[in-house]
Parts: sequence; structure tokens; C-alpha cells
Amino acid sequence: MISLSINGTRREVDVDPRMPLLWVLRDVLGLTGTKYGCGMAQCGACTVHLDGEPLRSCVTPVSSVAGKSVTTIEGLSSDGDHPVQTAWKELAVPQCGYCQVGQMMTAAALIAEVPDPTDDDIDAGMAGNICRCGTYPRIRAAIKQAAKEVSR
Amino acid sequence: MRRAPRSATVSRRAFLGGLGAGSLLLAARVGSAQPLARIAAGSAESELRFEPNLFVALTPDGVVRVLAHRSEMGTGIRTALPMVVADELGADWDRVRIDQAIGDARLGSQNTDGSRSIRDFYDRMRVAGATARTMLERAAAERWGVDPAVCRAENHAIVHSESGRRLDFGELVEAAAQQEVPAEETLRFRPASEWRYVGRDLPLTDLDGLVDGSAKFGIDVRLDGQLFAAVERPPVYGGRLRSYDADAAKAQPGVVDVVELPPFQAPHGFQAIGGVAVLANSTWAALNARRSLRVEWEDGEHASYDTEDFERQLVDTARRSGTPWRTVGDAEGALAGADAGSVVEADYFVPHLAHASMEPPCALADVRVDDAGQITKLEVWAPTQNPQAAQEQLAATFGVEPTEAVVNVTLLGGGFGRKSKPDFIVEAALLSREAGRPVHVTWTREDDLRHDYYHALAAVHLTAAVDDRGRPTAWLQRAAFPTIFSTFVPGANAAANFEAGMGLSDLPYDVPNLTVETGTADAHVRIGWLRSVAHIQHAFATSSFPDELAHRAGRDPLEYLLELLGAPRMLDLEGVDYPNGDAPLERYPVDVGRLRHVTERAAELAGWGRELPRGRARGIACHRSFLSYCANVVEVEVTPEGELRIPHVTVVIDAGTVVHPDRVRAQMEGAAAFGASLALYGEVTARGGRIQQSNFHDYRVTRMYDAPRAVQVEIVASEAPPAGVGEVGVPPFAPALTNAIFAATGLRIRRLPIARHDLSWS
Repeated sequence: MISLSINGTRREVDVDPRMPLLWVLRDVLGLTGTKYGCGMAQCGACTVHLDGEPLRSCVTPVSSVAGKSVTTIEGLSSDGDHPVQTAWKELAVPQCGYCQVGQMMTAAALIAEVPDPTDDDIDAGMAGNICRCGTYPRIRAAIKQAAKEVSR
Repeated sequence: MRRAPRSATVSRRAFLGGLGAGSLLLAARVGSAQPLARIAAGSAESELRFEPNLFVALTPDGVVRVLAHRSEMGTGIRTALPMVVADELGADWDRVRIDQAIGDARLGSQNTDGSRSIRDFYDRMRVAGATARTMLERAAAERWGVDPAVCRAENHAIVHSESGRRLDFGELVEAAAQQEVPAEETLRFRPASEWRYVGRDLPLTDLDGLVDGSAKFGIDVRLDGQLFAAVERPPVYGGRLRSYDADAAKAQPGVVDVVELPPFQAPHGFQAIGGVAVLANSTWAALNARRSLRVEWEDGEHASYDTEDFERQLVDTARRSGTPWRTVGDAEGALAGADAGSVVEADYFVPHLAHASMEPPCALADVRVDDAGQITKLEVWAPTQNPQAAQEQLAATFGVEPTEAVVNVTLLGGGFGRKSKPDFIVEAALLSREAGRPVHVTWTREDDLRHDYYHALAAVHLTAAVDDRGRPTAWLQRAAFPTIFSTFVPGANAAANFEAGMGLSDLPYDVPNLTVETGTADAHVRIGWLRSVAHIQHAFATSSFPDELAHRAGRDPLEYLLELLGAPRMLDLEGVDYPNGDAPLERYPVDVGRLRHVTERAAELAGWGRELPRGRARGIACHRSFLSYCANVVEVEVTPEGELRIPHVTVVIDAGTVVHPDRVRAQMEGAAAFGASLALYGEVTARGGRIQQSNFHDYRVTRMYDAPRAVQVEIVASEAPPAGVGEVGVPPFAPALTNAIFAATGLRIRRLPIARHDLSWS
């Protein structure tokens, strides 16, 4: 048994310790908000927070996060109202929406670390997340809007 | 508190059954002389015999339920089409719920492809709304004892114009259900001046769920007792299993079974590819065990496919005469008579491309058989663009009727044409039958990139003779690429009319001697359609060559392009085998005036002609596709070391009547990124029949830092019939970009992707 802290709740899972956190979340715990996109930390769709830092869950063996605090999109806010989520809605960022959970998790971590991100900060911070629909200009604008909201 | 979800996925049976007595349920039939039929709520499926096309229902509480029959993959179609219904009905958007339809031929085509949803269903949605409204108006008139002509729908109520009395829709549901269904030809439609929603940016139906992570894509659907499957497929198209080690895979943790999938029988169509599957209790367990299968393959006839060799053949084919699609004057004669100094030639090439939707192909199936081997249940949940094609392919696979296959449509994590092909759904269904329980198949990114229905690699050869002002007197264009038909018809090696008709046979330039042709090409992988299809190669050539000719003549590319387009006119396509996206030319002519207009407007918005510092420049291109007109001005910045940035893109689109402007803007923004991906990086190669790319490190797509930084979009105000949007922004992007690179660096890129080229300059 591996003991995990997911969105503030303790969960015990009986899985192969090599299993990536992504699949534990999705297939064992039923938290399907976190997405699969590449399986090799290339696209960012699987981004969660580990002790507040963005983490690619698709390449993270579940055993390595035992005892640490994992936050997924389901736990980012209580009512879908994290400033990043609010900005995402106000600017109608998503198209298909599949990658957006990972985008928002990365963005939330970015503005937590850099309260007033420049374009270069956003380029660097979001470089690991792919959006095939091409919502990048709106993601950029939403990050700036959310950052303003947080620092108010 | 969480807001109640405003949408749900329901089967038709549940949809009907859940409404309760007294609901008003309408079937709106369009496109035939038959009258509309009314269906009582709670009908058994068999009682639906009156009518197939079921789009609107009202429940006794007055809630309007609209059936969304097209697939949502990011265009906002689950918002836009219901808006049309709501407007025509006079409904209050806050009291409209969206239900996703299952696959059902009675709804009309559900193939969410070809940028067709609005243009093919705008009128049908108006009929559905107007039918319901008319019945509500008549019910109110009866109640009041007045002429229905003085009753009108307004904000979810029927209002008596003279007295101002109003009855909420909810108070009229029962009485309206007793009304005769009005014949379509008797319906009155609201003038645009009365629209409250069409043309406005309403909140997206699925937005909340997409942002809080609760939205369900195909990869997220779960059934009790389901297994997770990973399939190992032949690395060479048409390859067959020779051997594998089932025991080794079964020894891995979490594995339940190893199952063989039979190889497809040519032609491939939408069949499952075949291979070996591992069924396990998690996706990871299946993927992990798949590596232990140690499969050996019989590669078959395509084992020698090498895209480098094939490119040379295609380029050669494109230089020789082929099948003519359109001829004006005598291009070959004019070229033969021209002196050598006035003849210009160029070869363009676009490689194979992959769709790479962020959600890979995936599906959940529940297939059960009785002791006699008869299918007793055949139900799937999938991110499909085409549930009816899934029904048909499942029917062919299992020997049942298409109506016996229940295809539930989830949200799609991108589609781009890949998810019109239901091969992955059939895989899940075959495996579920073997397992006797639900099975969820998820393709890995590697599976997706190595087993796609690829965009055809294409060579285009252009020859022109020019006069002393650099203007073409003859234009000969020849394209060669494997046809999409090759996936469906054994041995097909000639372009179809719809492939030639995507920017080649309808070349809009005003040239006195013109010939456009296509040559033959064999296919060695599955060829399919990808966002904007053959427009990609045709537009790259037809929008690059004028730029080359303009620079050769020392003229401004915009001015040159406008001169080449010629006077505003309807293109004469008399006698040309030109399908025009299956739309009548009378309603949707090829209007050169509209193409000129978007071009001029884009140039104006982008500040065409304004000086830029060295290393920065603009390029322009325009293209008609999917009945719409689009121009791009791309601005690039190239450092002397050859580093490229795209700071600004200007897009002007004329798509006729627009329902949801913000989603049109979003599609144009997205098309710029999609166009940038294919132009900068897009290339799938094969060697020894094997696809060489495997994931996003070697099949690159644009990211935040290299995608166009700002995309300015203008939508031409128009009351012309609605036309395509989703794909329209893609074709002009690549040539506008390479034209800009030429202007900045002097380097002409005729072979995509740009990443192959050194852009440094001094």
C-alpha cells in the first residue's frame, strides 16, 4: 500500500510502485481531470502540483510522491474559482479544452512564483504545455489577468 | 454552490423517456416535402416512426431542450447551433438545455467535418425553432380566443400584441403538444432584426466543466468492471502478426488477458488495423505489459516505403502531364511559344502530416453476446466526429444493423479529421466482445503518430510565362499526391474531384491561358483528411508562386496579387468537375470580389507597406475554402542567426452569416497556430515502411514561445449564406509565413517544413 495525499485527503492505493501518478489518479482514484497527452513529459496535459510545484504526473512513479501533497484540478479550488480558472472562463480560453487543465495547473504555479509575469516569463513557464487548438494568445492574456487578480 | 450542469449526454431513449407526460416534442424535418411530425413524450422508440429529425423538446417546466447532433471538438458547435434554435423559438437562453445526440441517421449527417455544421444545419435549426414557436403561438391563441397572427414569442413567453397578455412557454407545453405540426413551407421565420443571440458571444455550453476538470472526454468515460487495453499494431501498413509472447505479457502485474485482433481486409476504410491487445486493470498495466509481447511481424508489400525516395518520384510526376481539371485558353501552347527568359518554374512540396489531437484516439465499448453467439448489446462511448460512420463500421464488423449499434458521443479532445475515422472504436468493441465486459482502448501518442490516417505528402509544379510587367500570360500547375480514395478503394491512385477542387481546379487567378492537372501516386500508408485537407498543398503553391513572380518583377506582392485576382467576378467554372464542397454554385459562387475584399482589408489592418526594421517583414496570402474567404498577413522577425518569431498575424474572414463571432475568432487564432505548426515543423517520414516519428519531441507542434504572438481577427459583416469556419484559417497561413520569410531574408522556402531550412542572413 502506498499512502498519498491528494487534494488534502489521505488515500491508500495498492498499485505497482512504478505506476506513474497520472494513471493512479485516473484509473485507480477516478480523478479524470488530469489528462494523458504524451507519456513522456513533452506536452504538460498531465500537470499536477506537488507541494505547490508543477509536476508532470505521467513520468512520476507513484512511489516517489508518497507522503507529499498532490493537488489536481479537482482540488485547485473549491468551486472552479481559482483566479486562473476565473480568467480562463472570462476570456473563453478553451476550444476543445483537453489540454487546459494542464495549462491552468502550470499557470497557477507560475503566478504563485512570479506574481507579475512578463511575456518572457510566460514563454518560459508555459513552454512545457502544448495546445493543439492554438489557444496560446488567450492563455497568455488569461495568465496576465489572473496575476493581476492575485496581486490585488 | 456548484451550478447545476446545463447539459447532459443522453441516449435518444433516455431523452424521450426522461421528459415525462405533457412534454412537447418536435421532430423537425427539413429538405423534404413531408410535413413535420409531432411525437408524444415518453414514446417508445418504435413510435418514432413519424419522423427522424428530432431537435427540440419542451418539458412541462418550460425548459427547452435542444438536441446537439454534431460533435464538440472545440469549435463551440454545442453552443452555436442551439443558439439558432433559441432565437427562432424566442427562448430565453438561461432556460435552454443541451442534450448530446447519439449516432442516428435520422438526424441527418452527424459527420462533424468539412466545416459544415453551421452551413448545413443553420436552416434546419431555424425550422426546428420556428415549428415549436408556431405551435406555442397557436396554443396561446386558442387559450385567448384570438388570431395566432397577433401572438408572438418573446423571451420564453407568447405575447398577445394587442392586450400585452403573456403566457410562459411552460404554461403552454401541454396545449402546444396538441397542435397540428405546421408544414415547413408555412413557417414564418424571424427577421435578423429580432435575433437576440445569433451574432452574439454567448457563454459556451461546456465552459465550466472544461475549466473545473469535470468535463468528460472519451478518455474519461468509465463503466463498472471495465478493463483497460493497449494494442500493439503492425509497424508497416498492412503488416501481419507472425508471433508474440502472450505468456510474458500475462506475467506482468494487473494483466487480465492477451487478445489477438484480426488484420484488416483491404481496402482498409475504417476497420481496426489488427494486432495484439493486452487487457489489464489499468492503462499503465496494459502499456507496461505490451512491452513484453515481443511481437514479430510479416511486414508485407509496404515495407519498402521510403518518403525520401517517394518525394523524388512525386516531384517527377508533378513535372509531367496528368489529368486536366480546368483549362482556359492554351497554357502549354503559350508556354511553348514564350521565350526562355520569360518562363518561370517552381516546385513546391508538403510532407505527410499527422493530426496529433491532444486526446489520442480512445474508446470505451460494452459488447455482449448470448450463448448462441448473438450480439445482445453493442454500445460504445467515444470522442468521435462521426458516430454514424462508427455505427456503420460496427454493423459491418459484427453483422448487425447500424441501428443496433449505440454510439454515445463524448467531448472530443481535438479531432482535426482524425476522429472521423472510427477504427479505434471498432478495436474497443472487438476487445469487449472477447472479454465479455467493457473495454477501454487508449492509444498512446506513439500509437497515434505511427498509425494515423496521414495527410498526403504532395508535390506541386508550377510553370508560368510572364509578360514585360511580370504578369502571367500562361499558368500551368500540376500536383501529385496519393489520394484519400486509396484508403477506401483498392489501387486508387488518382486525385478525386474534391481533392482537385480544394484550391486547384477553382484557382481564382485571372490568367488568359491556364491549365491545372493532377498526376497519379500510390499510397503506402493510410491517407486521410486533416484540417483543410488538399487546400494545404494547393494553397501553399498557389499563394507562394505569385509572391515569387511579384518579387521577380520588382513589384509589391499585394498589388501584384490583386492584379492577378483580377476584377471582382464570379469565377466561371462551367464544365469543370467541381463539387464546391457539395454546395450549389448558385448559392455559393466562387466570388473573386469577396476574396479581393478580405485581402485588401487584411493588408490595410496589418499596415501593409509600412516600413519595418531589417529582419522583419510581412507576407500575404488569400484563399477560398469551405465556401469562405480568408486572407492572412503574417509578420515575421528573423534574426541574422536565423531565429524566427511570429509577432503578429492579421486574419480577415468572410464566412457569410456568423452565429457566434467569438468562436469564429477563436478558430482563426487556432488556425494560425495549427498553420504555424505544419509550416514550421510538420513532417512525418517513413523508412522501411516504418513511421519515424513517435512523440512531440520529434513531431513538433508550436508552443507558447513559438506560436504566433498576437492574432488579430476581423470578421466581414455579411448576410450571405453561412459558410465554413473551422478549417478556413489554415490554408493561407503557411504561404503567408514563407512569403514573409522571403521578404525578411531573401530565402524562398518551397519545401515544408521551415525547420529544414537555415534562415540566417547577413
